[in-house]
Amino acid sequence: MFSRFLFEKIDRSGWIFLVLLAVTCVLVPILNLAVPPTSVFHVSNTAMGLWGKYMTYALLAVAVDLVWGYCGILSLGHGAFFALGGYAMGMYLMRQIGPRGVYANPILPDFMVFLNWKELPFTWWGFSSLPYALLMVCLVPGLLAFVFGWFAFRSRVTGVYLSIITQALTYALLLAFFRNDMGFGGNNGLTDFKDIAGFNIQAQPTRAVLFSLSVIALMLGYLAARAIVTSKAGKILIAIRDAEARTRFLGYRVEHFKLFVWTVSAVMAGIAGALYVPQVGIINPSEFQPANSIETIIWVAVGGRGTLVGAALGAGIVNFAKSWFTGAFPQGWLFALGGLFVFVTLFLPKGVLGTFTEWWNARRSAPKPPASAATQPAE
Amino acid sequence: MRRLSFFATILALAALIITGPALAQTGHGPDSQALAQRFATENFNEIAGAVAALASSGSSQAAPIIEALRDGRLVYRPADRSVFIRQADGSFALAATGTAAPAPEGTRPVRLNNNVRRAIDAAMGALSLMHPDPARRVAAAEAVFKSRDATALAALAIALPGERDARVKKRMEEARAAILVADSKAPDAERIEAIGVIQRRGDQDALAMLGSLPSDTSPLVRQAADNAITAVGRSLVVWEAAQNVWYGLSLGSVLLLAAIGLAITFGVMGIINMAHGEMVMIGAYTTFVVQQVIRTSAPALFDVSLFIALPLAFLVAGGVGVLIERLIIRHLYGRPLETLLATWGVSLILQQAVRSWFGPTNREVGTPSWMSGSFEIGNLAITTNRLAIIIFAGLVFAALLLVLKRTPFGLQTRAVTQNRRMAGAMGIRTNWVDAFTFGLGSGIAGLAGVALSQIDNVSPNLGQGYIIDSFMVVVFGGVGNLWGTLVGALTLGIANKFLEPYAGAVLGKILLLVFIILFIQKRPRGLFALKGRAVE
Repeated sequence: MFSRFLFEKIDRSGWIFLVLLAVTCVLVPILNLAVPPTSVFHVSNTAMGLWGKYMTYALLAVAVDLVWGYCGILSLGHGAFFALGGYAMGMYLMRQIGPRGVYANPILPDFMVFLNWKELPFTWWGFSSLPYALLMVCLVPGLLAFVFGWFAFRSRVTGVYLSIITQALTYALLLAFFRNDMGFGGNNGLTDFKDIAGFNIQAQPTRAVLFSLSVIALMLGYLAARAIVTSKAGKILIAIRDAEARTRFLGYRVEHFKLFVWTVSAVMAGIAGALYVPQVGIINPSEFQPANSIETIIWVAVGGRGTLVGAALGAGIVNFAKSWFTGAFPQGWLFALGGLFVFVTLFLPKGVLGTFTEWWNARRSAPKPPASAATQPAE
Repeated sequence: MRRLSFFATILALAALIITGPALAQTGHGPDSQALAQRFATENFNEIAGAVAALASSGSSQAAPIIEALRDGRLVYRPADRSVFIRQADGSFALAATGTAAPAPEGTRPVRLNNNVRRAIDAAMGALSLMHPDPARRVAAAEAVFKSRDATALAALAIALPGERDARVKKRMEEARAAILVADSKAPDAERIEAIGVIQRRGDQDALAMLGSLPSDTSPLVRQAADNAITAVGRSLVVWEAAQNVWYGLSLGSVLLLAAIGLAITFGVMGIINMAHGEMVMIGAYTTFVVQQVIRTSAPALFDVSLFIALPLAFLVAGGVGVLIERLIIRHLYGRPLETLLATWGVSLILQQAVRSWFGPTNREVGTPSWMSGSFEIGNLAITTNRLAIIIFAGLVFAALLLVLKRTPFGLQTRAVTQNRRMAGAMGIRTNWVDAFTFGLGSGIAGLAGVALSQIDNVSPNLGQGYIIDSFMVVVFGGVGNLWGTLVGALTLGIANKFLEPYAGAVLGKILLLVFIILFIQKRPRGLFALKGRAVE
């Protein structure tokens, strides 16, 4: 069953993507742990941490592409789901610190001691257990997305209006999480993590495992998304994207399909956030900034909307460029990012991957129709 | 002669209350020479009595003498009992007249003890009740009102009849009433009358005042106070609501200014201009530059700097808008989500450009003198700059309505909006109409920037703070409808200010966002939705 799926539904770029990821998943930890730092093949801790971060961004981008590229829902609020997953993981990590905090309180995290709180708020209940935290990582973003989507899709809020209220959603959460009395660390967020599942979070092997887990999560996320878009439901999603009213007139319950894919996408974003937090060591309200969510959109647009692999690729390209730019010309990054937004929308409407596949197909065989329908989303 | 005896009576009373009965019999006439001479002594009680007498004499020398005494600059010559003030610069003046005097020989300082210091403090309070500056008199009366210091009663009794300024007089009467209400030994009739005065004041302080009657108050007075509390409470609710409406209008007009340009580009043209906030920022920075130039080259013009900045901000922001439209947006018509991405890119570039040019920190934009200050209507405090912004927002709105409804350009804009191809076929140059409409929206954002520079920090992030609010206003009001934007902005502004006291500023805002999200579910196209075929 699964092998049939693999061989029938994964296209060429998907295979290349999966193989590359599988190699990275094994090779990078080995090059980090087993190869001595003097060797040219050694991968430094910093580099592995950075790449691990990119992997979680790529998963977030795949999640956004799933709703935007295949269902036409331009979400300006996926950063919110990412951050909520991150907070769920961050709360687990906070509870693992135990009495090793500055105030040495075995139960309360430092910021609560600082605020003179006497007991854990009910929202923190159960977060000392990893399975519960992992459940929350999926449940909280999923539930929020479900409720939000339930209201939004049922009343047929579409297009620009939907984008703007998703932005309002993440903005409202930003304001809420900045408040100290929310019990999530306020402005400073959650940080100073020590252990994860009993292992020292700073230790090299732990970091290597986290890296591999991120890669695996990305692969699984891609496979899940691919399974959805190549299924029968996926065809309907594409139909909704291209002509929502006609799909509705054909008798499909458009809002159910939208709600399903929207919720799945939010859960994927939440998982990405949960893997992001232990690798960067902090989660704070700035993750809710609308600008972050919009930046995620540009990853997808750069890589190629409606291609999944392209979205992941775009996340890699843009973030690599960001790391390089902020090192080389700190002043120049916003110019470059802004320019990228303008350039991609004007000159590369199909993104890097979409443009490349089109060019490749055209070169290979003139008579064959160019690319599949999935790579050419219409408004 | 009658006047003299009146003065003497008051003086005796004042001295009696301020310094206690022991000193009462040493009261002198209001002759400043005699008053000043009383300081030429080693007797502390005599000095304290002199202070009180001087303070209530109404002499113009009272303040300088008492200040000099407080600062240890008052000296006397025992030989002839003449008193001098040593000025800060070391020269001397005759205390009685204030005229300059040659440096005297063999003087001693007039000494202080705690008793004298207390007398000085009381005297300074009484003196400020007679200060030539009305603002100082009001402040003094307010201080008495808050402290309910019974010793000030005498000073008030002197100050009140001579007071010409109605506002100051009112404050003094309230201060007097406050003392009476708190004084359980005063006759009931007087206290009830005083309660009436406090009730007319009708603010939070009055409420606190009436709520803290001494325990041995008669039931009659207490009853009157309770009635007054209810009445004040009622009027407070009304005034509070009025104040909230005013703040809400003020916030709403700011929202209107920020959003109205967006209502044109987003509502009329269907373009999501994420760089709209940066147009506002450009307007604010234009104001800054104009003021810089005026400060260095023509400081006299500072008060009209905003009037110079307004047309310039309109032109600069509008010009940038036309440029953006010609270079980028015209390639993206009919693809609203793509204009969102491209203009977001433009906004990042503009922010960074301003940051590189002017630095990342806040820039100081001055307020012209005619825009600073405030006045009161009843219990309503109204600041002039907020009032100016409300009026300005109204003017901009009216002007825009006029342009769109009454000019050929407005007609063409509406034609292109409704049916681009038909408009083109009728000979309208749709390209130019697009460019100028976008320019108009951006220019108005620039005007908003001039106004916002008066109430907000001018920094590269200025625009970011308004972009989400602006979109909320436009979406809430209904796209493509200027009246909707007006109603949307005012509703959200006022709703925000009414939520704030209960939920706090941040939570209020969150509630409002949630409300808008829910509202959009009910009316996906806003309050005043366009109907008909043009909608889709």
